[in-house]
Amino acid sequence: MPITVKTTATFAEAADLVAGNRAARFLGGGTLLMRDVNEGSVAFETLVRTTEPARAIRTAGSRIEIGAAVTIAQIQAERDLAFLHGAARLIGGPAVRAAGTVGGNLFAPSPYGDLATALLALDGVATLQQGASRREMPLGDLFAQRGRDLRGVVVSVSILRPESADAFRFRKVSRVKPKGAAVLTIAAHLPTSGGRIGKARVAYGAMAPTPIRARAVERALEGRSLDRDGVAAALAAAAEGTDPADDAIASAWYRREVAPVYLRRLLLNEPD
Amino acid sequence: MKTPVQFRLNDQPVAVFVDGGDNLLTALRDGVGDVTPKFGCGQGACGACTVIVEGEPRLACITLAEACEGARVETLAGLRRGPDLHPLQSAFMEHFAAQCGFCTPGMIMAAKALLDRNPRPSREEVVEAIAGNICRCTGYEPIIEAILAAAASARRY
Repeated sequence: MPITVKTTATFAEAADLVAGNRAARFLGGGTLLMRDVNEGSVAFETLVRTTEPARAIRTAGSRIEIGAAVTIAQIQAERDLAFLHGAARLIGGPAVRAAGTVGGNLFAPSPYGDLATALLALDGVATLQQGASRREMPLGDLFAQRGRDLRGVVVSVSILRPESADAFRFRKVSRVKPKGAAVLTIAAHLPTSGGRIGKARVAYGAMAPTPIRARAVERALEGRSLDRDGVAAALAAAAEGTDPADDAIASAWYRREVAPVYLRRLLLNEPD
Repeated sequence: MKTPVQFRLNDQPVAVFVDGGDNLLTALRDGVGDVTPKFGCGQGACGACTVIVEGEPRLACITLAEACEGARVETLAGLRRGPDLHPLQSAFMEHFAAQCGFCTPGMIMAAKALLDRNPRPSREEVVEAIAGNICRCTGYEPIIEAILAAAASARRY
């Protein structure tokens, strides 16, 4: 079935076309949707895209706003986003990174969505265009509504700038390196004060249908130090609240079994 | 309904009509007649369709053709200069970097995208550059050697 492509000059027009049309999808870099088009998906019949630029990266105080059309390759070239370079490098090959966008990655089905997992750990807040107005939505809420009743088109994502280079950590477990779909992905923002963790944010990718916060791990890390004893309770709670899938990459059982292993390596800065 | 798309292919202006949802690979192969980019998986997973769009490596099979309006597109067909092979093509031949040859156009374009930006890459950078391109024959070593040899050759690209 042929697809109808609609190109608009603004996000507002694009949001209008997507709203109220369940058979419409907003097209970012195409790395996900064009696969469905090539496969002859019948889940949608209209692709909506906009020529309005959304490739700006702006630093404002403790946060950085990243345009929805910023590509993963652009992140790799941006000095202000050096803390994301390690994560960006593990996503796809160079050609996928040149096309894949920040906005699109928020909608990547598991086991994809490594960048979205990193953004969730960095307190990501999306700005959505809905009609003529824009509103903000924390990524946790966006993931919960994704594929159900999420309205609007993502224009940008604002994230926390990690307080130090060591405060943000990212690990992707994959069978093929450097490129390969995730067995699981872990991203964590671990601010410390006097050697104690306060307000840890830990996110998993490929451990549920969307990226999720590991809330039990976060609670267990509160006020603790990053050493063997300090992380023990967090490791015991590593698989709590997760809902991984059995897929071609790994079984749900395996993902739960290895989650504490890789969480320990991340928390204690041990090599893979 | 057909939609007209115009872009520059290997420094020549081209115009094709595409169907809604057509990808760049279809536009190149069926519309323009440039069959150097190959159809491998149609999923952006194998790299056989790698071309260069606006200086960046792109997978033609998952690139919407309409999104290439006005863009500069390079394919393997643009590398030859009369009877002279491009240094990457010569190096692939000399280092036995092609066996069945199906991945070769994508490999060479991924390599060209690297060398255009980084003329003296390290071995690790070469490996990274072709990480999205699958070869089922060579075991990659001859390909990596060929790209490093092309980079080391004195000729210009």
